[in-house]
Amino acid sequence: MKGRKSQKDILFQVMGYIRRYWIYLGVSILMAALTVALTLYLPILTGDAIDLIIGKGLVDFQGIMVILEKMAIAIGVTAAAQWLMNVCNNKMTYGIVRDIRNEAFRKIEKLPLKYIDSNSYGEVVSRVIADVDQFADGLLMGFTQLFTGVVTILGTLAIMLTINIGITAVVVCITPVSFLVANFIAKKTFHMFRRQSETRAEQTALIDEMVGGQRVVQAFGYEENAMERFDEINERLQKCSLQAIFFSSITNPATRFVNSLVYTGVGITGALFAIRGGISVGMLSCLLTYANQYTKPFNEISGVITELQNALACAGRIFELMEEEPQIPDAEDALELKDVRGNVTLENVSFSYVPDKKLIRGFNLSVKPGQRVAIVGPTGCGKTTIINLLMRFYDVDEGSIRVEGTDIRDVTRKSLRTAYGMVLQETWLKTGTIRENIAMGRPDATEEEIIEAAKAAHAHSFIKRLPEGYDTVVAEDGGNLSQGQKQLLCITRVMLCQPDMLILDEATSSIDTRTELKIQNAFAKLMEGRTSFIVAHRLSTIQEADIILVMKDGNIIEQGNHESLLEKGGFYAELYHSQFAV
Amino acid sequence: MGKLMVYLKGYKKETVLAPLFKMLEASFELLVPLVMVQIIDRGIAGADGGFIFRMSLIMITLGIIGLVCSITAQYFAAKAAVGFSAQLKHSLFAHIQSLSFSEMDEIGASTLITRMTSDVNQVQSGVNLILRLFLRSPFIVAGAMVMAFTIDVKSAMVFTVTIPLLCVVVFGIMLISMPLYKKVQAGLDRILKITRENLTGARVVRAFNKEETEIRGFEEGNRDLTKMQMFVGRISALMNPLTYIIINGAVIVLIQTGAWQVDQGYITQGEVVALVNYMSQILVELIKLANLIITVTKAFACANRIQDIFETKPGIGDAGQPVKRADEKGNMENDKAEAVSFEHVGLTYKNAGAESLTDISFRVRKGQTIGIIGGTGSGKSSIVHLIPRFYDATRGSVKINGIDVKEYPLEELRGKIGMVMQKAVLFKGTIRENLLWGKEDATEEEMWRALEISQAKEFVETKEGGLEAQVAQGGKNLSGGQKQRLTIARALIRKPEILILDDSASALDFATDARLRKAIREMDEEITVFIVSQRASSIQYADFIIVMDDGEVAGMGTHGELLQSCGVYREIYDSQFKKEGKAR
Repeated sequence: MKGRKSQKDILFQVMGYIRRYWIYLGVSILMAALTVALTLYLPILTGDAIDLIIGKGLVDFQGIMVILEKMAIAIGVTAAAQWLMNVCNNKMTYGIVRDIRNEAFRKIEKLPLKYIDSNSYGEVVSRVIADVDQFADGLLMGFTQLFTGVVTILGTLAIMLTINIGITAVVVCITPVSFLVANFIAKKTFHMFRRQSETRAEQTALIDEMVGGQRVVQAFGYEENAMERFDEINERLQKCSLQAIFFSSITNPATRFVNSLVYTGVGITGALFAIRGGISVGMLSCLLTYANQYTKPFNEISGVITELQNALACAGRIFELMEEEPQIPDAEDALELKDVRGNVTLENVSFSYVPDKKLIRGFNLSVKPGQRVAIVGPTGCGKTTIINLLMRFYDVDEGSIRVEGTDIRDVTRKSLRTAYGMVLQETWLKTGTIRENIAMGRPDATEEEIIEAAKAAHAHSFIKRLPEGYDTVVAEDGGNLSQGQKQLLCITRVMLCQPDMLILDEATSSIDTRTELKIQNAFAKLMEGRTSFIVAHRLSTIQEADIILVMKDGNIIEQGNHESLLEKGGFYAELYHSQFAV
Repeated sequence: MGKLMVYLKGYKKETVLAPLFKMLEASFELLVPLVMVQIIDRGIAGADGGFIFRMSLIMITLGIIGLVCSITAQYFAAKAAVGFSAQLKHSLFAHIQSLSFSEMDEIGASTLITRMTSDVNQVQSGVNLILRLFLRSPFIVAGAMVMAFTIDVKSAMVFTVTIPLLCVVVFGIMLISMPLYKKVQAGLDRILKITRENLTGARVVRAFNKEETEIRGFEEGNRDLTKMQMFVGRISALMNPLTYIIINGAVIVLIQTGAWQVDQGYITQGEVVALVNYMSQILVELIKLANLIITVTKAFACANRIQDIFETKPGIGDAGQPVKRADEKGNMENDKAEAVSFEHVGLTYKNAGAESLTDISFRVRKGQTIGIIGGTGSGKSSIVHLIPRFYDATRGSVKINGIDVKEYPLEELRGKIGMVMQKAVLFKGTIRENLLWGKEDATEEEMWRALEISQAKEFVETKEGGLEAQVAQGGKNLSGGQKQRLTIARALIRKPEILILDDSASALDFATDARLRKAIREMDEEITVFIVSQRASSIQYADFIIVMDDGEVAGMGTHGELLQSCGVYREIYDSQFKKEGKAR
């Protein structure tokens, strides 16, 4: 990951997104200014009105009526402006969030597999979902409160100054105290919050493990131990949460106390001025209202600033994701791979996931149309790597892979991948119906074609027995299907596509051998005349292959067909015979 | 949310005191305008500087008392909220642990984890806020009205109209937006799911060139979400302007009636100021309240999600009574009875259309090895899951040592069984800690013995630290085969009466698999072993083999017998040993 961006850079980037909504921003700012101005004007009117109510028989009703009319108009306009401002802020914030999310998702589709394989899914998901959400909250709050807050403070100050300088001085002197208090508390509580989130993370980790592994927990009767461990952390969390929450919640009463000091200060000085006839009672009432209004934004702003900083931090994390190096785009003059007959050549291919750990070195292979290539070897020997390279999920470091004589880096990814049909060991189904999943490669397939493919893959009989048949919705991660059933669906998916070439990576590992044998026949029919690559650890499935590559520790150590390899008596022969050992 | 409130029970004192002190604080706050009236009407009118100072001191004193009350309230509120969430989490964790496999299948682990973490946190802040502010605000509103009445009844009538009107607006908006927020959450869940899916299935998505379709799907979900958010936003946006109009409208009326009252000599100028002050206090409180509503709404939604979990009752109850060697009814747990027997067992999974197991009957003597083989989804695993009561048979009965498994306390039942599951799950910690799951007081010797049998000794020895080597969460730093062998060792270490290997050697090569089975056979203890496998080679030497096909027994017997009599078995065998068969 690249170095952290500065807050300024992030802010600048955020501005880029805001710019698209400049009309809303403009209206919002205008309305905010209007709202604040009118809100500040209202106490003046109230004060004026009160000054016309002096005592028994000394009330100027006509004057009051004029003022009240003005007030009514001001109130109406303020409310309308406020509403408009809120709506604009909403539109702007959610619009920006939508744009950022869409962009982030597009980015995900373009990220190299390398990034996806090496970062935890949870983290990427939390960037797109939780971080963006936090950012939205901060942004919305920032728009609505920061701006109006600042304008209110300035406006109030200006008006108070026009009314009475002395009283204003009192207010200005006392107010910063509330800032100091809030700051002091925030500093003191920072480490408490950190401890709280650390303990919370600890607890989440435990929950994650115990609930995720509940089957084992129950099988081993570990419930009580788990509960004990949980309670221990829970108790610690309770303690540090209490501290953090309590101490941070002192902020509000403390600043409120400072506010009441301001209020009292205005009261005294105002009253003393009034005695000397410096100001009227109405003005005093108006000043008191301002004193309240002046201090309130201060409390809010300190909250808003932390919120905004948080939002920026979140935005930073999202931008980091969006600025990840994407996969190398298709060359502009990339060809469409057409008329694939199945000639695949690997020339002097070298590849490694991490620079200092060479995995595949100088690998050569030439496959003619219709040949079956099997790759065998112990777990972690690099079998799947070959597939990553063939499909161009990863690019080779050296050498080249050619299909029909063309380097696969010179053709579009789309046409290359369309040429292959792939079934992986990791069965992946998307949320949707069984039908949608089968028709993934060919959305226009007819009902008959789908059922035919399902029959060929021996999936039809179990699909039929599902509650809704082909319309059964596959749960998240295919939770309502067994591993074998999922694999059958993945096979059906490829059967339907009738691709030019096939890649089967442990495609039948979770399927019983009897069904496997039947599927194999179907595959055999499908593979007829098609080049295919098969990874398997069950040797029975690959004996008919034209070329068997035996891999160990990233290297091809043997190459040949079943008979020749057995004769050779090497690693393959050893693997083969071990399956009959008792 | 209401039902969750029982977890506040341990914090009755705090729950009562927090709002009480809040109200005290609020009452002092309500006195302030009255003092100001005195300053205006007596201090200013009488030009009495000394009086003004005395009144100011009173105001500061009120402020200090308010501060103390408020801090006390915050403390009690925090204590109650934190205690509440601790209790809630404890109960929730215990409840989740009691859920059986059926319920876990239905709900899913990831949901449970979010409910235990972020949902509980939301509810905690909700409780905290309610204790602190939800009572304070109505109190101030009501208090302001009462104070207004003490000043002047006629003017105060304005309050009696304003406040109900405000309630209608505030609660109306709240009621309308609450279900909408739920929808927003659902929309968020949807795009979260799409994002996750595209990360886990990146290869398939790209292999099928589905990037554009997926982007369209995401954008559609995102658009819907945004629309919903904006819609809720527009409704919430009404709150502030509406309350502003109502309150300030009330101020206008107040000034008008106040003017009449003053003109008639019923009240003073200062009292009009006080009345206006009370009105603005209500406004301030309402704005605070409005800002909280979102948090509280969220808390309610989360509380409901948690409540849903509590309402999922565990499907498998505990018999409670420990089984005696021989009880009064003559139910004997005796050594002569079959170790395990199935009598006409049927199993229908929850929400499934048809039976997954039909009429399964067999008897196993102590010390026998039973192989179970069959096709994908034929019910192999379902059979063994019935033994430790991961699921309950929906027909017939499963007996261990002659006693129905439902009569055993769960702990005793599962203590008899060493289970190795299809998916090897290990926990973060050392290898030793993982092994101790099987037997808490296992000795060093027992551990190495178990590792030796499970063919794991060799690789554990080469690990840095040996038994103390760290296992990452989920065993990510171990290979599939290593994980499987460790889970087998974990089951063996408890010296179970019954050992169940549920397709748990799939990642082992044939040679290691064979050595493992040999070692288990040669153990001193008389263990009844169930081996579920798709490999004929893994089970062909079992004492007897159950061949499953589509939830029914297709054949039962020894390898030799089945080859003769059972077509399904022969097919399976041939599919794996074809070449060999021809060669023979």
